[in-house]
Amino acid sequence: MIISIASGKGGTGKTLVATSLALSLGKQVQILDCDVEEPNVHVLLRPTIVESKPVCIPVPIVDKAKCNYCGKCAQVCAYKAIAVLPEIVLVFPELCHGCGACSYLCPEKAISEEGREIGVVETGRCGEIDFVQGRLNIGEAMAPPVIREVKQLVNRKKTAIIDASPGTSCPVVEAVRDSDFCLLVTEPTPFGLHDLSLAVDMVKALGISCGIVLNRAGGTYSKVEEYCLEQNIPLLMKIPLDMEIARLYSKGITLVKGMPEWREKFLELFHNIEQTLTVNKRVRT
Amino acid sequence: MKEIVVLSGKGGTGKTTIVASFAALAKNKVLCDCDVDAADLHLLLKPKRKETHEFRSGQTAIIAEKLCTRCGLCEQVCRFGAIRGLKVDATACEGCGFCTHVCPENAITMEENLAGHWFVSDTKYGPLVHARLGIAQENSGKLVNVVRQNARSIGKKEGLEYIITDGPPGIGCPVISSLSGANLALLITEPTLSGMHDLERVIGVCRHFGVPALVCINKCDLNEKNTDRIGGFCREQRIEVISQIPFDNVVTEALVDGVPVVEYSRNGVAHEIEAMWHRVSQALGKE
Repeated sequence: MIISIASGKGGTGKTLVATSLALSLGKQVQILDCDVEEPNVHVLLRPTIVESKPVCIPVPIVDKAKCNYCGKCAQVCAYKAIAVLPEIVLVFPELCHGCGACSYLCPEKAISEEGREIGVVETGRCGEIDFVQGRLNIGEAMAPPVIREVKQLVNRKKTAIIDASPGTSCPVVEAVRDSDFCLLVTEPTPFGLHDLSLAVDMVKALGISCGIVLNRAGGTYSKVEEYCLEQNIPLLMKIPLDMEIARLYSKGITLVKGMPEWREKFLELFHNIEQTLTVNKRVRT
Repeated sequence: MKEIVVLSGKGGTGKTTIVASFAALAKNKVLCDCDVDAADLHLLLKPKRKETHEFRSGQTAIIAEKLCTRCGLCEQVCRFGAIRGLKVDATACEGCGFCTHVCPENAITMEENLAGHWFVSDTKYGPLVHARLGIAQENSGKLVNVVRQNARSIGKKEGLEYIITDGPPGIGCPVISSLSGANLALLITEPTLSGMHDLERVIGVCRHFGVPALVCINKCDLNEKNTDRIGGFCREQRIEVISQIPFDNVVTEALVDGVPVVEYSRNGVAHEIEAMWHRVSQALGKE
């Protein structure tokens, strides 16, 4: 089973939930950090990295000896990553998405491809948990290719927990796509609710079941709970606003390590996810 | 006209809270929300929309079933896994158009995406340019560009002094679009190991694009040891920490009330943010 963890709004506690859920399950778990712009799972789990592989985008290399400057490559490139002038071909690697159209369609077979590194995928272990993370290189714009490489390593035989980035655009879509269940972590504020509703729309557009974790619960703002009821989305867990929890996190200590009583609650959360999925399946069939 | 962009790397460190307060404190400015896929600034600034524009960007492949002979070539060449069982998954399609060029039956066409909307609004604090990226749409960086360009032209036309930009979290495409060419980046961090790790990366991005940065440590009393470490790290990097804001529930209360915190209370946090804006405007003056 693949469980992805997203939020819309940043800083609501995705990584806190992802790491404690993984630790609580303990065995047969894989955690994949798909927040490749700012991966933080490693800060809390401190895994041993065993392998590191570069993520490359194939960018075109034009063989001047074969090129007759026909301009086909520039014409088919949707990203304006190639310009053909009378006697020179300019390639702009940062604009290239690596689709491969230019090399395939070049009538002279003058274009080959070379990998341009944009990030890395690292794999390792943290106790019995399999750990995978992607890291986008500083100054690079495109996170989705790195996320795709991380997700190539999803182990369907285990419970795969995917930590996504904040927001609702392409990096999040890429991270959440194909998961069986998406946990949306939010907080009881107008920002939390607004971004949650965007995230719910996104998850629905992808056809994925979701449930909600309300972090920093307590206080007077009850609109997130009202929203869950209205939208018929299960509110699966509440984590109270507690300075001690915030302090543990600030030191890079996971909730279940710092407060072992939470382990039971995370196991219950997992059980609730399984149940929600069974109910949803029954509704569909 | 000087442009300041507020970034953080890590999400949820307080960017929008601080930008909304700057909106209330600064004079002669245009406001700009570049967090286009989870925009929240409007929740505090209560804009009245004056203009709504479509944002058309990127393309999606469409297969005409009648013409398709199910040869499968499109599926073979697509590197984004966007064609599965001869159906296009619009959320996976990168819009490269490779499939249209190889289809022997010319059965595939590309359709432009309506990828979102952008708005020009009036607020009691001044004009606001903001946007909403469509659900599961791409090209947030391009939409950020559109938002910033329009904020700039409003600023020029009205002879304003500042562009104050609320940036997105992360370090990727929309962050780069928000940052490049700005006069100053204000980086909001928190004294958590994650916050520190992410700050380091976003400082790297500012360096990469040659934008000077200042740092604000929010919730500084959450972990004073870490706050000291951030101070030390910033000194090494020759980046000034211009503000340390203690944790105060008044920030959440103001947010629930829907107003900038400097309008909700006059002490503590509000006072610190006011002092920070003063330092920021001084730094912009020096630019």
